[in-house]
Amino acid sequence: MLKISNLQASVEGTQILKGIDLVVRPGEVHAIMGPNGSGKSTLSQVLAGNEAYDITGGEATLDGKSLIEMPTEQRAREGIFLAFQYPVEIPGVSNLQFLRTAINSIREYRGEEEIDAVSFMKRAKEKIKQVNLDPAFLKRGVNEGFSGGEKKRNEIMQMLMLEPKLAILDETDSGLDIDALKVVADGVNALRSPERSVIMVTHYQRLLDYIVPDYVHVLAKGKIIKSGGKELALELEEKGYGWLGIDEE
Amino acid sequence: MSDSDKSVNELIKNEYKHGFVTDIESDTFAPGLNEETVRKISARKNEPEWMLEWRLKAYRAWAEMPTPEWAHVSFPPIDFEDISYYSAPKSQENAPKSLDEVDPELLRTYEKLGIPLHERARLAGVAVDVVFDSVSVATTFKDQLAKAGVIFCPISEAIQEYPELVKKYLGTVVPQRDNFYSALNSAVFSDGSFVYIPKGVRCPLELSTYFRINEANTGQFERTLIIADEGSHVSYLEGCTAPMRDENQLHAAVVELVLLDDSEIKYSTVQNWYPGDDEGKGGIYNFVTKRATCIGKNSKVSWTQVETGSAITWKYPSCILRGDNSVGEFYSVALTNNFQQADTGTKMIHLGKNTKSTIIAKGISAGKSDSSYRGLVKFGPNADNARNYTQCDSLLIGDKCGAHTFPYIESKNKSAIIEHEATTSKVSDDQLFLCQQRGMDAERAVSMIVNGFCKEVFKELPMEFAVEATKLLEVSLEGSVG
Ligand SMILES: Nc1ncnc2c1ncn2[C@@H]1O[C@H](COP(=O)(O)OP(=O)(O)O)[C@@H](O)[C@H]1O
Ligand SMILES: [Mg+2]
Repeated sequence: MLKISNLQASVEGTQILKGIDLVVRPGEVHAIMGPNGSGKSTLSQVLAGNEAYDITGGEATLDGKSLIEMPTEQRAREGIFLAFQYPVEIPGVSNLQFLRTAINSIREYRGEEEIDAVSFMKRAKEKIKQVNLDPAFLKRGVNEGFSGGEKKRNEIMQMLMLEPKLAILDETDSGLDIDALKVVADGVNALRSPERSVIMVTHYQRLLDYIVPDYVHVLAKGKIIKSGGKELALELEEKGYGWLGIDEE
Repeated sequence: MSDSDKSVNELIKNEYKHGFVTDIESDTFAPGLNEETVRKISARKNEPEWMLEWRLKAYRAWAEMPTPEWAHVSFPPIDFEDISYYSAPKSQENAPKSLDEVDPELLRTYEKLGIPLHERARLAGVAVDVVFDSVSVATTFKDQLAKAGVIFCPISEAIQEYPELVKKYLGTVVPQRDNFYSALNSAVFSDGSFVYIPKGVRCPLELSTYFRINEANTGQFERTLIIADEGSHVSYLEGCTAPMRDENQLHAAVVELVLLDDSEIKYSTVQNWYPGDDEGKGGIYNFVTKRATCIGKNSKVSWTQVETGSAITWKYPSCILRGDNSVGEFYSVALTNNFQQADTGTKMIHLGKNTKSTIIAKGISAGKSDSSYRGLVKFGPNADNARNYTQCDSLLIGDKCGAHTFPYIESKNKSAIIEHEATTSKVSDDQLFLCQQRGMDAERAVSMIVNGFCKEVFKELPMEFAVEATKLLEVSLEGSVG
């Protein structure tokens, strides 16, 4: 599915990612942990194709296709989904309009017809309930005036609608109460299948109680310094990052 | 930053889809304007003496007026001696009695514009008074309208057939001397539409006119007069496109709406004149005077406009709320791209008691364009309990464009209430990235965001017009990306 080798990236001239290697196979869930400022969001953004970041070396492929030169929207159409750490608002554009435009863009790329209005509405209502938001949210502007928790649920809602091949969740758990956390976890677990993969970026081990990862990686200062199974997360919880020789902020 | 700005700049490059010229023989006056020109126009139309006198009075007024300079636009001075003031398709001599008799070349032009007249008129039940260049060449659905007592005809015909109505109202809403371009229009107006809705009649059809400039260097001077008698109701749609041209073309229309007691007029415009190329060459100068007078009590007028075209737009559809309880509304979307300049807005003049007005103005600027909202809300001494709500939003795409707001308020009545809200926002790189991350190309994302921004105005448009307007914005923002 996803293969990253020696990936390096910089922003505004500062090197942030200093050679990342990672392989994610179909069906796997990987957790990426690490202190603030270690480059977790940078990695997520780079994989999604944010042009604010410059790739300075290395390679990343999705199903053998190189991502480096691939435009953002094509990566999305190929099945990469990023749940943003800080979702932006698009005032005036309703969630429905937004989702329909997104779905139809992806369908067009696949040579499929536009989704019909009835089944689209049915699906949208179903998924909005699944993330425990009032269906009235569908008509509101994208994230417009949403609380932090509502924005995160909305990201999960979008993920459920788009059914990505590879979902990258950038600290979707941060700032959530336990109910919201469960909603997010249920959403991700619902998506899990032998064909789909998930990368969960998280600062805390808490989420991993609900979404059990196959692998855990520790990112520090732009490099993966340790990888292991789910027990690594528990170890981190117990001992903190200091144990690995990194300063915790 | 700079990278995504570049992509924004690329995707707002606009390609004008309606740029072609129809090859129809025309009977065109040599350029130049003097009393003789005015007499010739009047003679060509077999106008009665009073009409000629009216035109001459306007011409004399115009000849002494300086050109206005206060709009927030700039352009080289217009040489009024270099413009031809009359052009009519030759086939006019044996005027067609039905669409089947219309010059097929002309019909093909409408096809290209995406206006299948036959289909559209029949299926949508819309009566179409087609203005091609200066003379109306086809009118449909007259019978059905006649049954309801509605008069919908070229104004040249109204001058012949209904001189009393024309004499009574022409120039009462927009006086000849109102401004430079209204004086010019009054002197040389070529043709336009005339509508009269009798007492108590709800016009059974939406009335619609397609304007189109076709002759190079021919000034287009439309004159529209709509009279809604007591308790009547009408919805009028106006839309236009113009062929690709290098020279600037002047368009100076005058639209007058008269509303008697308890009547209602809804006037919708989609304006898509040629805006000039992406280097700022060519394009239409659109200097329009549109005004409504609510003479009667409880009358209601709404102007809804979607302005995407023209190199320069100078336009302030206005409402004079004279009758007690009368209502004026102005809903506007103005999009400018490349080197376009728009200075548009409205005037709400509250004279009667309990008069109400609403202004929703949305300005979108892209490329190197400049867009201004200019609005005047005025309360006269007798306008007790009058109120106005103004909402004025600007959306910037890219960082080379500008948006300006000039609200003017004058109140001579203490009980008047005015609310004003204004916002300016920019399509951000983060918003674009979110949309692209969800699978949309940047172009589609921008058009979606722009449509969302304009929603409150679009919902005021008649259904099929709203669809057209949405498409139009898409085309206007279309670029080389994707
Ligand atoms: N757009 C940016 N401009 C400048 N510095 C940035 C930008 N984005 C991230 N950084 C810097 O890169 C480093 C990694 O940030 P980030 O990837 O957000 O870390 P994490 O998500 O692990 O907290 C930080 O030092 C941060 O300040
Ligand atoms: Mg982060």
